[in-house]
Amino acid sequence: ELPPSHFPASRAAAVAVGYLRYLRGGPGRGLDLRALRRARRQDIDDVGHNYYLELELEDILDKDRTVNCTAEVLYHLGSKTSAPDVQVTLQGELWSTEEADKEFYNRIRSLEKELVAENIPDSHGRVPPELEPIRLLAWAASGYVIWQNSTENTKFHLAQVKHVKQVKRSDEDLQFDYVVLLHEMVSQELLPWEVTLLWHPQRGARVARDRRQPRHA
Amino acid sequence: ANMKLILIFSALLGASLCLETFVGHQVLRIKTKNEEEVKQLQLLESLEHLELDFWINPSAAALPVDVRIPAVSVQSVKAFLESQGIEYSILIEDLQDVLDKEKQDMAESAQRQRSSTFDFSAYHTLDDINEELDHLASEYSFVEKIQIGESYEKRPLYVLKFSTGGSNRPAIWLDAGIHSREWVTQASALWIANKIASDYGTDASVTSLLDKMDLFLLPVANPDGFVYTHTSNRMWRKTRSKIRGSICVGVDPNRNWDAGFGGPGASSRPCSDSYHGPSANSEVEVKSVVDFIKNHGNFKAFLTLHSYSQLLMYPYGYKCTRPDDYAELDSLGRAAASSIRSLYGTTFQVGTICKTIYQASGGSIDWSYDNGIKYSFALELRDTGRYGFLLPANQIVPTAQETWLGLKTIVEHVRD
Repeated sequence: ELPPSHFPASRAAAVAVGYLRYLRGGPGRGLDLRALRRARRQDIDDVGHNYYLELELEDILDKDRTVNCTAEVLYHLGSKTSAPDVQVTLQGELWSTEEADKEFYNRIRSLEKELVAENIPDSHGRVPPELEPIRLLAWAASGYVIWQNSTENTKFHLAQVKHVKQVKRSDEDLQFDYVVLLHEMVSQELLPWEVTLLWHPQRGARVARDRRQPRHA
Repeated sequence: ANMKLILIFSALLGASLCLETFVGHQVLRIKTKNEEEVKQLQLLESLEHLELDFWINPSAAALPVDVRIPAVSVQSVKAFLESQGIEYSILIEDLQDVLDKEKQDMAESAQRQRSSTFDFSAYHTLDDINEELDHLASEYSFVEKIQIGESYEKRPLYVLKFSTGGSNRPAIWLDAGIHSREWVTQASALWIANKIASDYGTDASVTSLLDKMDLFLLPVANPDGFVYTHTSNRMWRKTRSKIRGSICVGVDPNRNWDAGFGGPGASSRPCSDSYHGPSANSEVEVKSVVDFIKNHGNFKAFLTLHSYSQLLMYPYGYKCTRPDDYAELDSLGRAAASSIRSLYGTTFQVGTICKTIYQASGGSIDWSYDNGIKYSFALELRDTGRYGFLLPANQIVPTAQETWLGLKTIVEHVRD
């Protein structure tokens, strides 16, 4: 049994949230951790450390909308190149965002010029309302990166969207090329990361490619 | 008479110049007596090269004519008017003087306005913050702005001293912004300073606190970094000191204290955001505080504000063992977290640094605790990652309000 207030549990919870944002996030849905209710850790010989978590999540667009879930995060032993295995079980249905998704999809598809934006939020924490969906898609994109790159010694948050560029496609997906800044809590570093995210109202979000931005002197 | 007119007009023509300021410009009020005089003024008006600026144009004999005359033409125009027997008086002797005075008045008024209505719900520059410190010091007799040192780039380190008397009373230390990108901390510190100052005399707890103890508040512990977050990189954390042998700049000031210095949880790489520096207290921003506190000799509490994560922590960070006063600090910490939660429901986790966030050596509250200041706490303010360092300005005041309740709980315990 782990104290939820201590870092091992909260790091695992951050991985679970990142994973869930990737899986179920969208322009109309931003999931955030409201509380970590309970955490247990199991050390599996020759495999790794498995964390069992009970989480309460909330909708950032409506604080009164919450959902409970359980998650398992398995960090593989000694492996620096393998992403943790994550399973999440929602206790209840997630609210529908069909309307908002459709409206966003149509709005972006009908843009004459490809959308470009930077610094979301800005230095003062402001997000223009029309860019909120872009920000939430960045959460989905960085959720993937966070899940893929987390270890027991890291805790990532999306600090800021440095840059985003829409790329028009011939198929039905929307494509956004992001440069996001990931804040790694343990080292306190800000890591710039390039992520290409595809999104479709029915198919959801997929990361097409991603890479840590090479460091400039 | 016409010949004279032509001659004088030619002189005026020759005298016209293009001026950028209004030095020596005069404004005359001309009182015409009849239609003939009005006509002559209208003739004057038609000479564009004179660049006469009629504030009231010549129209009817009964109405005055006000005209601004460029410096070079003043004597000529006056000579013309006098030769025609046209009466005038000088409204403005030198227009530039009037404009300069007006500018000064406006600046003073703006200053007064700015300082009496400082917007606590916005993020400010270092200059604005320092101005507000001056304002608080001037408005309250028990508030004094003192300088405890200079940053690497020679910016003053200003501390507000709250003292209602006595001589070296037991004191509370509170600092913010040691990590420059944590903007809600400097902003909250300012709100808290104003709150304490204005509550003295009206709030029983604050009054009793300042009647017994002094409070020292350093709202911007890392001014170089703070300026850098405004001018160059919003995410800058460290100081801005040059590091010998490296192209990278800056030391993590909260890994630079003499408490387990150089141990786990701090980096020896200059380019790292948690670089501990070449030696303990190498950073003047840290050394200045250390010296001040040591010289004072009577601090009872050391409180430091960071963001983000919503944590309320006590020593140790450099080692994962509990401090001797664990029970009391934990209990007090929980009480403080409870006070914080009472306002807006914001939950803070409580515990040692090492268990709650990570093992980190060279931290400030470890140093203060090991140097006899029992009530050493580090707070990580809002939020838990949704905005992180980029906390929207509309959360500054709620954050400051709830934080103050937590700090109050702590200092009340220290006082009693």
